Amino acid sequence: MDFTYVILIPLIPLAAFLLLGIFNQKIKPAVSGYIGVAGLSASAALSFYTAYQYFFVGGKVDGVYQTFVEKTTWMNFTDTLAIDMGILIDPISVMMLIVVSIVSLMVHIYSRGYMKGDDGYTRFFAFLGLFSFSMFGLVLATNLFQIYIFWELVGVSSYLLIGYYYTKTSAVAAAKKAFIVTRFADLGFLIGILIIGYYTGTYDFETLNNPEGSAILSWSSTSFMGLSFLTWALILIFMGGAGKSAMFPLHIWLPDAMEGPTPVSALIHAATMVVAGVYLVARLFPMYYFIEDGFALNIVAYVGGFSSLFAAIIAITQTDIKRVLAFSTMSQLGYMMMALGVSGYDGHEGVGYMASMFHLFTHAMFKALLFLGAGSVIHAVHSNYLKDMGGLRKYMPITNITFLIAALAIAGVFPLSGFWSKDEILVAAFEHNKLLYFVGVFVAGLTAFYMFRLYFGIFWGKDTQYKHVPHESPISMTLPLMLLAFISIVGGFIPFSELITADRAGFEAHLNIPLAIVATVVGLTGIGLAYVFYKKENDLADRFANAFGPFYKWASNKFYFDEIYMFVTKKIIFKRIAWPIAFFDKKYVDGTMEGIGNKTVVISEKIKGMQSGKVQDYAFGFIAGVVVLAMVFIYLWTN
Amino acid sequence: MIAGISIYEILTVTSILFFIGVYGFITRKNLISILMSIELILNASVINFVVINKYLYPDMLQGVFFSIFIIAVAAAETALAVSIIINLYRQIASVEVKDTEIMKY
Repeated sequence: MDFTYVILIPLIPLAAFLLLGIFNQKIKPAVSGYIGVAGLSASAALSFYTAYQYFFVGGKVDGVYQTFVEKTTWMNFTDTLAIDMGILIDPISVMMLIVVSIVSLMVHIYSRGYMKGDDGYTRFFAFLGLFSFSMFGLVLATNLFQIYIFWELVGVSSYLLIGYYYTKTSAVAAAKKAFIVTRFADLGFLIGILIIGYYTGTYDFETLNNPEGSAILSWSSTSFMGLSFLTWALILIFMGGAGKSAMFPLHIWLPDAMEGPTPVSALIHAATMVVAGVYLVARLFPMYYFIEDGFALNIVAYVGGFSSLFAAIIAITQTDIKRVLAFSTMSQLGYMMMALGVSGYDGHEGVGYMASMFHLFTHAMFKALLFLGAGSVIHAVHSNYLKDMGGLRKYMPITNITFLIAALAIAGVFPLSGFWSKDEILVAAFEHNKLLYFVGVFVAGLTAFYMFRLYFGIFWGKDTQYKHVPHESPISMTLPLMLLAFISIVGGFIPFSELITADRAGFEAHLNIPLAIVATVVGLTGIGLAYVFYKKENDLADRFANAFGPFYKWASNKFYFDEIYMFVTKKIIFKRIAWPIAFFDKKYVDGTMEGIGNKTVVISEKIKGMQSGKVQDYAFGFIAGVVVLAMVFIYLWTN
Repeated sequence: MIAGISIYEILTVTSILFFIGVYGFITRKNLISILMSIELILNASVINFVVINKYLYPDMLQGVFFSIFIIAVAAAETALAVSIIINLYRQIASVEVKDTEIMKY
């Protein structure tokens, strides 16, 4: 199969970005919106065509999905080690193409309504184009270095879009925080890449991921502090992935990133960029699985499981609706990581891998829908806080229904998409690690609870008196909501187990009825509790919060993680380490250099009289020199 | 070729002429005098060209032609220098070197 045309998928948004970026002032806002939407529509159409071609026409040989690579050498490190640029087509990259293009297109359409009348309208669409380009590039990367380059590019786009309202101090601070925290994590990623390059001599995913290849078979030949060097590399790479995917303890940037416009949160911080970490682990899954019997993979599983529990508890206590969704995202990303972590490789053993990718897909859809719905609410109410909302179902019927569908999907109610993917994750966890299974079930209950706390708090609850009567959003905003709601309903029926599996061969997935019943009961309990607490205005919730006392306070302050980081960076790193070094640098290093400069000035002041400006003086010097030289040469020659 | 006079004597004369020019160039304070000294230096070299051509390569003409070029160039250069000096004189009413120090900056 020839997949060369896939290169157009990232290049079209890039062209849109350049067009809108260069002619920022000259393009009318209405036109720039159309340019963005048209570009993404083209990319989305191509993505769907690619997926059709790959999954249903020519991707399979002997029942196994093949990898197609088109690449060109970009830079040579040594004779054998080179960095390539190109595109790689395999089940997960095609699936990600679909996810990114659908969500990005929906967000583009939605933003035409949401950002209407904003000063930086064209700039916003330009940045969206840049982000889409980077994300497509990341998904299609053929090797670790290419993925790293695009990894940083999505980081930059995320930074630009979080700080979109650059006159707002909190937005600027949030943008910086997101960039610095993920950059810090990427340091680990880079070191991991270099270790892999050093020990295996290649960056190509195809070579690295070959279960019979030298990269995987040679893991035991090196060791460092009790583990193989390659295991260390994988742990460091996971650190980069954890930074992007907001895993504990590198999660602190994600809640703050909600300062960006809501469509950005939906696109970048819910559906696409934050799953890059999950995608990275899935991309290197054979390495994670085979090297050192999956030691690094266990770390992935436990970090994911803990993050999902940790974030779900915090989500219950938050009052800013976007922050609830942010912690929910973190929790669901933890779910995906956990599913990868408990996955096997062959056939039905690889159910975790499949479930993780499945959940990535369904989660992208319903979480983008939740964010866009929240954006629609914020657009109507002009506030992010639950206390300013309530009873909105009467004013915003479409938003209400779509939000409800998304909430039911994330809570895992049959037969919406979230039910199927969550069930697969729980099956995988049940078969491999009982502890993580119980964490998963508990988190499922918490998820249902906080999601319906949010739903009832916004659309039911108290009848708030609004100064401006809220009204339903325009069609450009409700259309994406309805489309995403449709996908959230039917997405669960896509036969993922036949399309996307670790060994590429596919297997027959069947519903594990007892586990499904347990999950559903837990989910419904969560919904029921939320119904009792928040459907009508009452003080039950406050009484419970008081009963939990300090624990509630810790959770609502996000377990004081921001404060801990601030303490470590400001009090310890800045004061004890950075400040003395800066003092030494200013006093001694700079002092030496400045001293040399000052001395030069003083000396030149002294000797500048030698330069009289009179040609005669110079001529005298010149002739005297010639005479002296002549005498010297005559003396030398005559002897 | 002049009977009774060897090349050494003529070269001695031109050397003296050259160093008189150099001495004048370094010591004179008047721009016109400096210009005249430069002419002396040039003339010394012109004479050298002619004499060496005549005494060492009597059947060739390069030296003679070259001296004609030098005379032409010297004339142009002198015209240029004199015009600069006249302009300077119009500006500062002087042709003394010490009065032109302002141009240093």
